[in-house]
Amino acid sequence: MSTQSTRFAARLMVAPSVLVLLVWMIVPLGLTIWYSFRIFRLLSPERTGWTYRNYTWFFNAPDFWLALVNTLLLVGGVLIITVILGTLIALLIDQPVHGQGALRILVIAPFFVMPPVAASIWENLFMHPQNGLFAALSRGLGYEPILFLEDYPMASVIGIVSWEWLPFATLILLTALQSLSSEQLEAAEMDGAGALNRFRYIILPHMTRAITVVILIQTIFLLGIFGEIFTTTQGGPGSASTTLPYMIFKQAIVAKDIGRAAAGGIIAVILANLVAIVLMRGIGKNLDA
Amino acid sequence: MGKIVLKSVRKAFGEVDVIPGLDLTIEDGEFVVFVGPSGCGKSTLLRLIAGLEDLTSGTMHIDAREVTSAPPAQRGLAMVFQSYALYPHMSVRKNIAFPLKMAGASPEEQEKKVTAAAKVLNLTNYLDRRPGQLSGGQRQRVAIGRAIVREPSAFLFDEPLSNLDAALRVTMRQEITELHQSLKTTMIYVTHDQVEAMTMADKIVVLNAGRIEQVGSPMELYHKPANTFVAGFIGSPKMNLIGGALAAAEGADQIGIRPEHLGIVTEGGWEGTVGLSEHLGSDTFLKVTTGQAGVLTVRAPGEVMLRHGDKVRLAPMPGKLHRFGKDGVAL
Repeated sequence: MSTQSTRFAARLMVAPSVLVLLVWMIVPLGLTIWYSFRIFRLLSPERTGWTYRNYTWFFNAPDFWLALVNTLLLVGGVLIITVILGTLIALLIDQPVHGQGALRILVIAPFFVMPPVAASIWENLFMHPQNGLFAALSRGLGYEPILFLEDYPMASVIGIVSWEWLPFATLILLTALQSLSSEQLEAAEMDGAGALNRFRYIILPHMTRAITVVILIQTIFLLGIFGEIFTTTQGGPGSASTTLPYMIFKQAIVAKDIGRAAAGGIIAVILANLVAIVLMRGIGKNLDA
Repeated sequence: MGKIVLKSVRKAFGEVDVIPGLDLTIEDGEFVVFVGPSGCGKSTLLRLIAGLEDLTSGTMHIDAREVTSAPPAQRGLAMVFQSYALYPHMSVRKNIAFPLKMAGASPEEQEKKVTAAAKVLNLTNYLDRRPGQLSGGQRQRVAIGRAIVREPSAFLFDEPLSNLDAALRVTMRQEITELHQSLKTTMIYVTHDQVEAMTMADKIVVLNAGRIEQVGSPMELYHKPANTFVAGFIGSPKMNLIGGALAAAEGADQIGIRPEHLGIVTEGGWEGTVGLSEHLGSDTFLKVTTGQAGVLTVRAPGEVMLRHGDKVRLAPMPGKLHRFGKDGVAL
């Protein structure tokens, strides 16, 4: 259908939006790169000259590698938990039960809670060593309360973030599950496949594309998780739950070193691109029809 | 072996009795067609036999083995679905091998049987394709292939040809009939198309509102319909049913005459005017409005060149009249 002239017209039509988006991306990226090579501390009057030490500072900082590992742990941990639990919950609420509509809304509800609110709820109502529900449970069973945010800070953050993102995963996986024709399942049943084999050979392959979408979208958001850490552990104890975004925040807002924060930002961009390349190499083909 | 016996089988969905109670015996090796209008319960009956639905009451035996509450996999039946229900992410080879894999067959055995089935069904060149890359007829054959590798005691077909175009339907109809002749396995085939029923079946079961109206060979149903429902359903175009004085003269409540058993005569008979005439070349179908008998459909030879508005006289061929009583049952 497309002739030379219509293709040219189409390019002309989309050109302005492409241009705007390009500027939108290039300007902040360019500025960040520019600042990342500048000596630019808000608390110091000397703001001139170029340096590469903003980067070397990061690579030599004792908690940088920990922050990198924590970032990947957070992304990986939440992905594993939400995809596995999301699949199981989707299977569960796909069953015909009374009050199915209400049940589904309940399952989706956590997604509407703002991250700092969710984190506060978890910190104060569940994980608090005196007032928390978990502490009460431990005491009730005769154990010492677990100090979640002190002893297992990273795991606690992963737990909170998983709780927030589980509904998203469940929702996408549920819609995928509902698009599976019942005749395929019946055919598999006639072919002698038990429930587990039906899941493995029919349901799971059907869901791979949805799982891929969940992984890709969540990764984008999880790489930038900040609010939950800020609200609960403040990156601590020490820097046990510091991630790359939190480290950048500390350089920019606490230390007021714009140059270093910009360098951290560039490192984060590179990390995000590396993760994206790995993901697209690994599971990107699932998106093709 | 594949003798299937249903005894007072009943199926209700909530308050609605879809099948109010039905007895049926399907002999080993028979090609049985369940035929009836939409919503008559024929697909439900097939799903009951397959085990995809639970019986509300009644019993079912396959080869003298009670299977009333056995899960589908243990009944030894194979089903071909209306939508084919192929596994879209598997190649044709894996689709056909799936039941063997589930049964724990060795890879060599799987390969052997898949190759044999592919040969029978002309699928050898398509084994590595995905179902999405196949035409409707090929998908249908893959679905059949998946069914035959299991060597089931009976095949169940749920309106398998309804998604195909007319020409392909005729070819597949013949292929399925040939398959039955070579395998000699019991086949149960559900359709709403009486042509498929007439051409394929050893035995036709005519269903209406969950009840069996008549069971018999295609020719039995054609020549001796048990009631007006069967009379109207089997045969194309439909049998003419005439009530009133003409029927009373024959001592019946209604009389029936098939369009092909109405002759165009020069004297006597029923006088009428041609309303619609369809020239098919081999045949001419006429709709004739008569005074005594109402509107009649006539199947005349192709040479008959009557047109709209022409006067014509019709007479039933002797001995071809069907007589029905008050409740529609044949006399």
